[in-house]
Amino acid sequence: MIPAAFEYYRPKDMEGVLAVLTEHGDDARVLAGGHSLIPMMKLRMAEVPHLIDLQDVAGLGGISVSDGTVRLGAMVTQSDIIADAVLADAAPIMREASLQIADPQVRYMGTVGGNVANGDPGNDMPGLMQCLDATFTLIGPDGEREVAARDFYESAYMTAREDDEVLTAVSFKVPEGGYAYQKQKRKIGDYATAAAAVQIVKEGGTCARASIAMTNLSDTPVYSEAAGAALVGTSVTDSDIDAAVQAMLGDIDPAEDNRGPVEFKRHAAAVILRRAIARAWSRA
Amino acid sequence: MSKKMHIQLTVNGEAQEFLAEPRELLIHTLRERLNITGPHIGCETSHCGACTVTLNGKSVKSCTVFVAQADGAEITTIEGLGNPDKLHVLQEAFKEHHGLQCGFCTPGMITRASKLLEENPSPTEEEVRFGMAGNICRCTGYQNIVKSILAAAAEMSASKEAAE
Ligand SMILES: Cc1cc2nc3c(=O)[nH]c(=O)nc-3n(C[C@H](O)[C@H](O)[C@H](O)COP(=O)(O)OP(=O)(O)OC[C@H]3O[C@@H](n4cnc5c(N)ncnc54)[C@H](O)[C@@H]3O)c2cc1C
Ligand code: FES
Ligand code: FES
Repeated sequence: MIPAAFEYYRPKDMEGVLAVLTEHGDDARVLAGGHSLIPMMKLRMAEVPHLIDLQDVAGLGGISVSDGTVRLGAMVTQSDIIADAVLADAAPIMREASLQIADPQVRYMGTVGGNVANGDPGNDMPGLMQCLDATFTLIGPDGEREVAARDFYESAYMTAREDDEVLTAVSFKVPEGGYAYQKQKRKIGDYATAAAAVQIVKEGGTCARASIAMTNLSDTPVYSEAAGAALVGTSVTDSDIDAAVQAMLGDIDPAEDNRGPVEFKRHAAAVILRRAIARAWSRA
Repeated sequence: MSKKMHIQLTVNGEAQEFLAEPRELLIHTLRERLNITGPHIGCETSHCGACTVTLNGKSVKSCTVFVAQADGAEITTIEGLGNPDKLHVLQEAFKEHHGLQCGFCTPGMITRASKLLEENPSPTEEEVRFGMAGNICRCTGYQNIVKSILAAAAEMSASKEAAE
């Protein structure tokens, strides 16, 4: 379990990061918490001749909530998210989801930037970012640009980020209404068999808006617009939830793996979404 | 082989300086280079927590950290918590409450538990179980580990109150 040799860089600013990325192209990669990348390097499933550690790069930390917008620097860790009272108040779904990721040791290291940039369908933050309609800020040699989370994921490990770009922040509007992040996993430290992120707004007893996204049920996170639409205008009864679940099942495309056959995953997805909607509605 | 790097660490209060390849894993540095063999290698795949150390105030799995990332860091291992002549409260509690059988997971358990109690000095049973979820034990069934940690927490608050 020894990774292949690499050159190690620990620049203090983004200029330094971009210089190495520009010089070495896809032979270079950034390292955030390392808890997705290092296991892959140890298995020699990833080879990174030039590794750029982001830990000292200024300006990549911090959680802020202002003017109705939540912003998290790329190097904010899952344990930072769990500990932040202002964030827990503005977007409690972030804390609820983070508490269901991995275990305490991993959460001290794993960053939101690494989690969303990684492109692994098993990661929880990408689905959550679909639900929140987040925006990712990327910086590259040609400057900064913003990409909607809903446009970011192309296929497993393939995203809209270019090899010479770094993700610097994620941001989203302070979510409204009730929320739930519901996840089925085989054990602590396992990725989801199925997970659902739900935000739902109740006005006068009916559902005014709903946003629903699913994790690890396709080679990208799934934003199910149809599932949300199925709830709008209803009073979210059991049969309304059934309709939303049916709509979601039309949007996912799970593959058989060691977490089970396709039929089982579809079953788990339905159970998890049903629970997530009910919980989000009860909090709306 | 890549270029060796000059690394500086403070481990259990002692300064360490050496040359190492950046890819060296921190657990190998501790065990093989510095002869600090308290942290164990269980799974080597980031799952079991036997290799847990405290790195700049965070509990981390040292099999999933490159020594280069730790350059400049402060590290505490089980050796820094107590020794046979002066056991840490947690070590005493594990001994008293049968919190170990083979002992393989114990250094990681206690190192993690020390950080947990620092962050949450009077946890509930559920909080202990949740906070210790990154450490696997194949012997005890966890009951006595939880009991030991709760006992240590009570002991630590009692002696803190006595001091006040
Ligand atoms: C035992 C275990 C269980 C886990 N369980 C879960 C789980 O249930 N759910 C879950 O979501 N995750 C899980 N993880 C993964 C964990 O949350 C990772 O830490 C996270 O996915 C990646 O974050 P990182 O900061 O460690 O990124 P790294 O491992 O450092 O990087 C991951 C990838 O993203 C790229 N990258 C990192 N930061 C940036 C950036 N700012 N800009 C551009 N590219 C970047 C890297 O180059 C690399 O390709 C688990 C990990 C372990 C070890
Ligand atoms: S040896 Fe590091 S987590 Fe198992
Ligand atoms: S006491 Fe044997 S593994 Fe825990």
